[in-house]
Parts: sequence; C-alpha cells; structure tokens
Amino acid sequence: MSNNVDKTPDSKSHDSSRRQFIGYGAAAMAGLAIAPGITLFDLAHGRAPEEAASSKVRWGMLIDSGKCATGCNDCVSACGKENGFSGSRETDSQWIRKVEIKDLRNGQSHSLPMMCQHCEHPPCVDVCPTGASFKRADGIVLVDRHICIGCRYCMMACPYKARSFVHEELQDQNPDVPRGKGCVEACTLCVHRVDRGGQPACADACSAAGHNAILFGDLNDPNSEISKRVATLATTQVRGDLGLNVGVRYQGI
Amino acid sequence: MNIDAFRKIEERAFYALAALLGLVVLIGLGAAHYMETHGHVVTGMTNQIVWGLPHVFAVFMIVAASGVLNVASIGSVFGKPVYKARAPLSALLAIALLAGGLTVLMLDLGRPDRLIVAMTHFNFKSIFALNVILYTGFFAIVAAYIWTMMDRKVKGFSKYAGFSAFIWRLALTTATGSIFGFLVARQAYSSAILAPMFIIMSFSYGLAVFIVVQSFMYAWNGLTLDEAILRRMKNLLATFVGAVFYFTIVYHMTNLYFAKQWDFERFILLDGGIFTTLFWVGQIAIGTLIPLAMLLHPTLGINSKSVLFSALLIILGGFAQLYVIIIGGQAFPLSIFPGMQETSTFFDGAIHHYNPSLPEFLLGLGGIGIALLITTIAVRILHFVPQDDFHHVSKDALTD
Ligand code: SF4
Ligand code: SF4
Repeated sequence: MSNNVDKTPDSKSHDSSRRQFIGYGAAAMAGLAIAPGITLFDLAHGRAPEEAASSKVRWGMLIDSGKCATGCNDCVSACGKENGFSGSRETDSQWIRKVEIKDLRNGQSHSLPMMCQHCEHPPCVDVCPTGASFKRADGIVLVDRHICIGCRYCMMACPYKARSFVHEELQDQNPDVPRGKGCVEACTLCVHRVDRGGQPACADACSAAGHNAILFGDLNDPNSEISKRVATLATTQVRGDLGLNVGVRYQGI
Repeated sequence: MNIDAFRKIEERAFYALAALLGLVVLIGLGAAHYMETHGHVVTGMTNQIVWGLPHVFAVFMIVAASGVLNVASIGSVFGKPVYKARAPLSALLAIALLAGGLTVLMLDLGRPDRLIVAMTHFNFKSIFALNVILYTGFFAIVAAYIWTMMDRKVKGFSKYAGFSAFIWRLALTTATGSIFGFLVARQAYSSAILAPMFIIMSFSYGLAVFIVVQSFMYAWNGLTLDEAILRRMKNLLATFVGAVFYFTIVYHMTNLYFAKQWDFERFILLDGGIFTTLFWVGQIAIGTLIPLAMLLHPTLGINSKSVLFSALLIILGGFAQLYVIIIGGQAFPLSIFPGMQETSTFFDGAIHHYNPSLPEFLLGLGGIGIALLITTIAVRILHFVPQDDFHHVSKDALTD
C-alpha cells in the first residue's frame, strides 16, 4: 500500500458505537483487514465527504519564536483540551510541548512549541510495519488508530520525539479525536478542524492570547500568508540536516 | 554414545522439567495479560524509554536463534563432521529461540490482539515488516532443514537446505541489526557498524547457548563430551567473543572520532550510571574478558565445567550488552536542537530513566521458558542429541 494515498474515508460511518465495536474482537479485525479505509478521521466536512485530500495543498505552520512568550502555555492547554489529553508524567501523551532552548555559544534563549513536524519524508511512516502511520496527500501525517499495533517503532524513528504512546485506558474522549490504549498518536494538525475549514487549536489559542506566534496555512499556495513569509523571511527547519522537508517551520531561532 | 542411551531420559525428571518450564511460560503469559489489560503504565516503559526489558530478551533470543544455527552451517555447508552431528540440535534451538523471542516481542505490543492486522497489512518499506517476513521464512526453512536431516528419504537435500538456512540467517540478523541502524536521529544507532556487529554477536550468543544446552543434555544422560570436540567448540567460542570485542571497540572508536558523538560516548563509557556499569562490568568484564581468559586458559579451557561457566557468562554479558544498546541508547536524549541546551515538560535534553518492572521481566523469562520447553519436548520425542560416531570421523577432521 502506498504511503501517501489519502486514507480519509468516505465517512458514511459516523456512528461511534460502531467504532467502539471495531476496537474489539477478531471478527472486527478481519473486517479491518479488508476495509483499511475506515479510519478515525471520519468527519470530513470541510470538503465533500467523497472528495479526497488534495496534493495541491500542503498544510503547514510557521512558528515565530520571537513572538512566542516564555512561560505561556496556551497552545499546549488548547491542544490538550481539543484532543483530550493532559498531564506531564513520563507516561502521559504530549502532542505538543513548550521547549526552552538556550544557545550554548551566545547564551540566547528561545521559547517555542514543538510538535509533529509533518515531514514530507516522514521516518515514522517509513518504519511503520503495518502502514498505520501514513501521510495524507495534503501533507498531514497521521496514525490510523485501527491499524496501529503499538510496536512503537515510529517513536524510535521520529527525530523530534513528537509521538506518544497511550499507556493506559482513557476516559471522556472527544468523539472527533478517537484515541486508544496501546496505540501511538501525535499531533494531527487538528485534521478534524482543518477538514471543516478551520485551523489547529494551538494556532487559535495563540492568536487569542495576542501572541500570533503560530501561523497556519497552505505552503503550496504562493499567495498564502505562510508561503509569502517562508519565501521572504529567514525560516528554519528543525534538524534540516536530516532532509525531511518538514511542514512546520520556525522563525527567529 | 548411542541413541538408546539418550532416549532413556528418565521419565520423571523429564515431566518435572517440562512442568517447571510450563509454569515459567504460564507466569510469562500472565504477566503479558496483566500488561495488556492495564496498559504499559504498569511497566517501566514511558514515552521516553519506549522499548524496555522485553525487547532486551526478545532481541537476545532472536539474535541467538540465528547464531545458534551456525553450528549446523559449519557442519552442512562447510562439511565438518563434528558439527554435522550437532546440526539437528542446532536447528531445533534456532526454531525454539526464535519462537520464544517473537512471542515476547508480540506480547509486548500495545495491541497484541492485532496480530492479524500485523500479518495482513504490510508496509514493504518498513524494515520491521521485512523482519516479519524473514522470521516466518526462517521457521519454514529451518523446519525443512530439520526434516532433511531426520528423514533418510530426503537426506540428499540436506546440504541445499542447510545452505539456504545459512544465507537466510545472515539476512535475518542483518535485518535485525538494521532495525536499529535505521534510527538515524538517535546517536546510539546511527552507526553502519551495527548490522555486521549484530551478526557477530549472534555467532557468539548462539554458540554460548548451544554449549549450555549441550552440556546440560550430556550431563542429563551421564555422558561426557569428547575432549577434542570440546576443545574445538570452545576455541570457536573464544574467536567469536574476541570478534564481538573487536567490533565493540570499533563502534566506540568511530563514535569518538565524530565530535558530535562525544557526549553520547561520555554517557555510556563514563557517567551513564547503570549503563556505564553494565558496559564495563557486565559486557566487558563478565561477558568478554573473564570468559575469554577461561576459554584460552590451558587447563580451564578444556574443563567442560569451566567451558559451561564461560558460556553462561557470555550469555549474561550479552544481556548486558543489549541492555546498554537498546535502553542506554534511548536514555540518552535526542538532540533536536544541536548546539543548544533544551528543556521541556516532555523531558527534552534530560537523561531518561527506566525502572524495569516485574511483569516485564516475567514476560521476558516466559519467552526463555518457551524456547526451553520446545527444546525439552522435541529432544525427548525426536533424535536431537548429538551422535558422534568416531569410527567414521577421520582424525584430521577433528583437528583444526
Ligand atoms: S515529526 Fe515525527 S511523527 Fe511527525 S511526521 Fe516527522 S517523523 Fe513522523
Ligand atoms: S506504533 Fe503503530 S503507528 Fe507506530 S510504527 Fe508501530 S504500528 Fe506504526
């Protein structure tokens, strides 16, 4: 199976009890074997349900660490609220975290959010044995939570430590964002919002706090704000030496 | 030494041993069940140390599985009669160890219930998926190989089967080593030397396991291993241990050559706490220098008890080595912003800690139980005990 096909489903199945059912039992697994198209992101309202994510678009973010405030954690809290995680024990999921970095040569420090960089050539997708890790045509890297066997090889392979493994049973989940014990997960770029024409919760929260450090947009559209800024400003790809061509860019570091 | 002597394994002792091993397996399965129902939160694994003790056990068994087949390869492919007599046992151990290792690997998955998914969804780019195919093929080829050795009607094919198994197992170990080699962002694993190092490790661990099992079988049957055979096997073992030692030195020297790897080397070799101790005491002293000295010693080297003891030390050292490679490699933080100091709530830039839990250990032990149980039962019902027929072994075949 090719890795960059769009696996977003035709979304005739909104029924979450059905999704629950899929979580259990061998019969359901056999069903999954022949219907890998049934994935978690079955609420695609931004575009017509049968319309596939298009490769004309490449979703990305530009993060301005100059605007990102040390001590501000609004993007992280917003992400946790949106996607249903909290806590910072070593076993807790953290799809996004604030990283404080200090240049050892000149002593300069920066604060910035770090999350899945939505690589164009994602190592997590390359190593995933089942194909559960995949990249949509529009550049968003996701985990198909029904195919992930929880081997955690993707976590070993990701250079950004962007992925988390669900270590225990979860309660009170957002039905838009199914998560589950024993599977690996990461930032989805709030695909459920993006597909409805919105933007990631972190970007919204950052604007709401008045920092505007996170700019979301289409890197393929030369007229988008993000493309213009990437074209004119000095932006960085974190670990650019790895040649992964990430979708999340940084400015000011 | 005749077949009958070996077949008279005392009934009761056999059942007691089988029951004991069965119990170890059951406890291991129970531990896996506990981990699955509660989630990995009951293990020492975290989002920082994602592969823990079960991987150490599993990788040891998988690597040893391919190495133990070396004995058969030397017999069939290179035509050495002493090894040929040991080929069936060697092939059996290969299957048994692989079964044990894979079971542990599988039961440590987040979703072991999705085995069918793993078998039906393949990402052919993934080295992991390639490994699954190689493991499955290994079972088939080695089983066929055992058949050609046991059944006179197909004996003519034995050499071909042996040769295929030989090639297959090299591919298998290379692929196992490459699982780590693909993790380019992790400093511990970005070395090209890892794959060949795994092959040589497999030779050493595999032969050590073989010698332990063989010693046990001889003792069980009240037999003594011929000194000439013992001498050859221990010389081979010493060669392998020396080769692993050499690769270990090269691995660390090449890392030291690259300035960006210094921090990592400092961690493993000097101030990594448990990992440094395991490296120097476990891998180097217990797993390499002491057994090497014993094996090469003029009198200890030909004493079957001390050879057995050396083999056990090599196995322990192997576990230490894999612990350092697998867990030490993850404990050292990823450098996401090279040249910068990093801190975060997700433990960026910090050394990660791992406290293995009892269930993980029991699961690993259960895997060893599986390997030994398969061996014990198979040895009893089929002819796996080496039969050296000295009338047919020319003298020069015994001296090299
Ligand atoms: S940042 Fe990590 S998880 Fe995200 S696409 Fe890249 S390799 Fe995969
Ligand atoms: S943990 Fe899941 S998503 Fe990650 S590599 Fe394994 S199967 Fe793929």
